Amino acid sequence: MVPTLGLFVSSFRPARAIATSGWWTALRPPFEFTLQNYESVLLTQGMAQSFRNSLVITVPATALTMLVAAIAAYAFAWMEFRGRDALFLVVVGLIVVPLQLTLIPVLRMYASIGLTGTFHGMWLAHAAYGMPFAIFLLRNFFVALPKDLLESAFLEGATHFTAFRRIVMPLSVPALAALGIFQFLWVWNDLLIALVYLGGHRAVAPMTVTISNLVNSFGGAWQLLTAAAFVSMVLPLAVFFALQRYFVEGILAGAVKG
Amino acid sequence: MPEGAPPQRGAPSGDPSERRFRLDPAWLYLAPAAALLGVYLLYPALSTLYMSLFDPRSGQYVGLSHYAYLLTHRETILVFRNNLMWLLLFTSATVVLGLLLAVLTNQVRYEAIAKAIVFVPMAVSFTAAAVIWRFMYVFQPARFDQIGVVNAIVTTLGGQPVAWISNTTYNNFALIVAGTWIWTGFALVVVSAGLKGIPAEIIEAARVDGANERQIFWNVILPMLQPVIVVVAVTLVINSLKVFDLVYVMTFGNFNTDVLANRMFKEMFTFGNFGRASAVAVILLAGILPLMALNIRRFRREQT
Repeated sequence: MVPTLGLFVSSFRPARAIATSGWWTALRPPFEFTLQNYESVLLTQGMAQSFRNSLVITVPATALTMLVAAIAAYAFAWMEFRGRDALFLVVVGLIVVPLQLTLIPVLRMYASIGLTGTFHGMWLAHAAYGMPFAIFLLRNFFVALPKDLLESAFLEGATHFTAFRRIVMPLSVPALAALGIFQFLWVWNDLLIALVYLGGHRAVAPMTVTISNLVNSFGGAWQLLTAAAFVSMVLPLAVFFALQRYFVEGILAGAVKG
Repeated sequence: MPEGAPPQRGAPSGDPSERRFRLDPAWLYLAPAAALLGVYLLYPALSTLYMSLFDPRSGQYVGLSHYAYLLTHRETILVFRNNLMWLLLFTSATVVLGLLLAVLTNQVRYEAIAKAIVFVPMAVSFTAAAVIWRFMYVFQPARFDQIGVVNAIVTTLGGQPVAWISNTTYNNFALIVAGTWIWTGFALVVVSAGLKGIPAEIIEAARVDGANERQIFWNVILPMLQPVIVVVAVTLVINSLKVFDLVYVMTFGNFNTDVLANRMFKEMFTFGNFGRASAVAVILLAGILPLMALNIRRFRREQT
């Protein structure tokens, strides 16, 4: 709590004050606060652009992960096919595979087909890296749905697609919400994948990349760094406080994800 | 994986010999996910294993020489040492803190608020957390006012300010403290959920039998929490092996703080040595493989 408070208070202090006195001194009069730091990081340091980039990367990547994973999880939960259990064990195993193992080949592939530095490349990569955990979480939830409900639907002639759309999806809102929040934060907070596949280009950089560049170039300019870090935290914190229950459920279910 | 070769030679669909070739509709549902996993995880993983045996531009076969290099140079041995420190200290500190806080918050009235405060760092990116902790550790020469919380405390207590980030005696610990700050909330929440699952009657029964609070904790609660603690510890160990963002932003692995994931990044982009970078990634996988086996075993047990 104290570390976060320090960041928050400092982001509103003038540069000179931050550099010469501890942020805790700002909590007593004379008060000296300013919005200058935010103006400066958002407009001159490109954080406004990066905020947009983070959104453009995160929202489709999250939606894509959820859609593809839900369809696959349905097959694992309610369809009979050869090798189902073995295949699912592969998925469980893939949850913890370090994605470092995949960076170089995927980067080469991206370079050769022109996907480096593009948002499409980020959507697909994030969807793939989030897939094992997403399938795992949803399949476990789908399996636990009441069997009678689906069986009577099939007796009445429902197809798998209808059962998926009309029964499984509506009943799985809590699991989908938990997964959605988890994946949203995962992508929003990612630094490594963005560094590798996007390169440092400012036009496409999400906030994590921009902040780490700021640290490199202005390591001691705390008025900028604190404001930039806080801008990147606003949305996750809002999500956290508004949807805490689902968030905690996602984390609990995610206890296996590395 | 069966290819979608349709058996359209007019045989009645009930014929079992023909049905074997029919595309199972399940594959239709699995195809998008399977394509993503194949292209982004399975194929690249194999390709990296292969590349780790070749020279920097992946032309010449060099056998295990990248691995030999990594295991014999001072600079890279340090990387292993640091990851080991992360594994031991970060994991144990986070588990113990999470357990302690879970037991404590279970007894206070403002449980939800207390937990939320500890949990907030989980929502924040490691990048932002790195900025937060760089700020906590700011160092000013002793004649100036300290603006970092940690050094302000140290000097108020009469000590000399320390350059926590660059001082090689302390900096790995300083980074691990930041990591623990982020992850304690996770441990707390998972352990609390486990705690809620312990039936109150069992604890009551122990109390009736004359056990004191400490005995109840060590002999009743702890053994019952063991499976949950294992899950938390496994997750933390995996994350300690893969730690990247925090180190990248706080030190970029300088001042003897480098770790495997950051070293791989450096091999790729600073040194352009894809062969050696691949070898680092493979070593990372080797560290995680036993945990993967553990996860799969646990999952299979839960299924039966």
